[in-house]
Amino acid sequence: MQGKGTAVCLPADIDTDIVIAGRYLRTKDRSIWATHIFEDLDPGIAPRLNGAVIVAGKNFGCGSSREQAAIALREAGVVAVIAPSFARIFFRNAINIGLPLIECDLSCEEGSGVAFDLTEGWVENNGKRRQIRPLSARMQDILKAGGLVEYWRDHP
Amino acid sequence: MSTLSERILGAPAGDYVDRKVDRAYAHDGTGVLALEAWRRMGKDRLGKETRYSIQFDHIAPANNSTTATLQHELREFAREKSMRFSEVGCGICHQIMCEDEILPGEIVVGADSHSVTGGAFGAFATGVGATDMAAIWLTGETWFKVPSSAAIHITGKLSGAAEAKDLALAYVGKLGTDGATNQALEFVGEGAHSLSMDERFVLSNLSVEAGAKAGLFYADDVTVRYLREQGRAGTVQAPEPCTYCRELDFDLADIVPLVAVPHRVDTVRPVGDLAGTPLDQVFVGTCTNGRYSDLARFARWVKGKKVAVRTIVVPASAAVLKKAIRTGVLADIVEAGCTVGTPGCGPCLGYHMGVLGEGEVCLSTANRNFKNRMGVGGEIYLGSVATAAASAIKGEIASPEAA
Repeated sequence: MQGKGTAVCLPADIDTDIVIAGRYLRTKDRSIWATHIFEDLDPGIAPRLNGAVIVAGKNFGCGSSREQAAIALREAGVVAVIAPSFARIFFRNAINIGLPLIECDLSCEEGSGVAFDLTEGWVENNGKRRQIRPLSARMQDILKAGGLVEYWRDHP
Repeated sequence: MSTLSERILGAPAGDYVDRKVDRAYAHDGTGVLALEAWRRMGKDRLGKETRYSIQFDHIAPANNSTTATLQHELREFAREKSMRFSEVGCGICHQIMCEDEILPGEIVVGADSHSVTGGAFGAFATGVGATDMAAIWLTGETWFKVPSSAAIHITGKLSGAAEAKDLALAYVGKLGTDGATNQALEFVGEGAHSLSMDERFVLSNLSVEAGAKAGLFYADDVTVRYLREQGRAGTVQAPEPCTYCRELDFDLADIVPLVAVPHRVDTVRPVGDLAGTPLDQVFVGTCTNGRYSDLARFARWVKGKKVAVRTIVVPASAAVLKKAIRTGVLADIVEAGCTVGTPGCGPCLGYHMGVLGEGEVCLSTANRNFKNRMGVGGEIYLGSVATAAASAIKGEIASPEAA
């Protein structure tokens, strides 16, 4: 599973309240979550996320179990999130909705190109290729299907 | 020789396992998305042998017609599928699960991060998101990576105004918000057995604030007695020697009242350091500290006095509210000038009530103080019930030890 995008850099310990604030969860309208993504961190960030690979510090996605955080990232056009570590519920949520996550400590240069291959297990940035631990076969299957909903549709 | 998590999940740390879930629950916040995902999965079925439930607690009662309509749909689904359904006012999902569902040794999954609260029973209780819950509705099972476990060794006895909440803040402060990511915390030692169930709920509840997948106590005589009082039965779990990935020691006698300062749960300071910080709101409640014992303790502090700042008290469940009415605890709280909300999550998550205005400061007994969680531009300090009471009376952060 391959992908590429432009790096958008974020700090460590991004909690899911910051990804999408509770005040925007009183709806099922996904476009609202994408519009207000990271609003309390950087209100102008949303347009830059289309085609972006987020490169963040450790513990990305900590806090609330709200899946709207992972959905908002995908709806905003984020291709993948790279961080040294992820909070565990966010990790499951992102894979379940088809958003690739990559565990890797990457020194981030805003706007640089990032490419990755989850099956072979590498990330490329600034002309440098790094090995990453490949995702488990099951998670790759879920991602390949496009998410857990699609996975279950294909597995009766 | 296994940790409690390994014993319940039936495999060594590091293994990936598929396991049938004994209990699965979701609330009005996550249930709406789970229902959508379940429908999109295209199979109109529920897994067998799993007890499913839905509790309305996050926006309870609904704040507008959009949320009311979403809730209506979820309510109809619960009825149609004969899931246990807890209507607006019944209380917080975790509290309801602790009052009459979870038993030692069970595997419990809730669509909420604080589902770890059930670990206080010696159950493997953990949180997931909405799509995971939808798949559990479908099959009654899910996958787990069996966690390695960190031991929180507890000795001694709490003294003075210190509460279990202060120990919880102490261990989160020590571990950091990701110090136990993908691990289980196991609360062990003589001191752990000396704690009441309500105190254990607080310690298990905060485990996710250190990133943990679960926070477990071994079921002991205290657990069995608690279950019996509720008309339920459970058996004691005897600890066995096992390997922990990390061990931390806490002497309860050393624990002093603490607060977590904005905007991180792991940035913890003695309450005395913050004394005098002006407050606009005090909030007592949530799945951390909204139980009857919390309300009773708070009432003892404020009885015969008047709070000096707006103070919102929300019982964690209808059972808590009813007991507080019967015993006069609620009258003392209201007489002191506090306002009382519908059993549920209340202002904790900033969805629908008790929201802070810009620049406003709140001392809350909840478990999270993330930026803007209770309203844009607000600041949240987290503390114990005694700290909340002492602070409510003074209108500023105050140490319960100085009062």
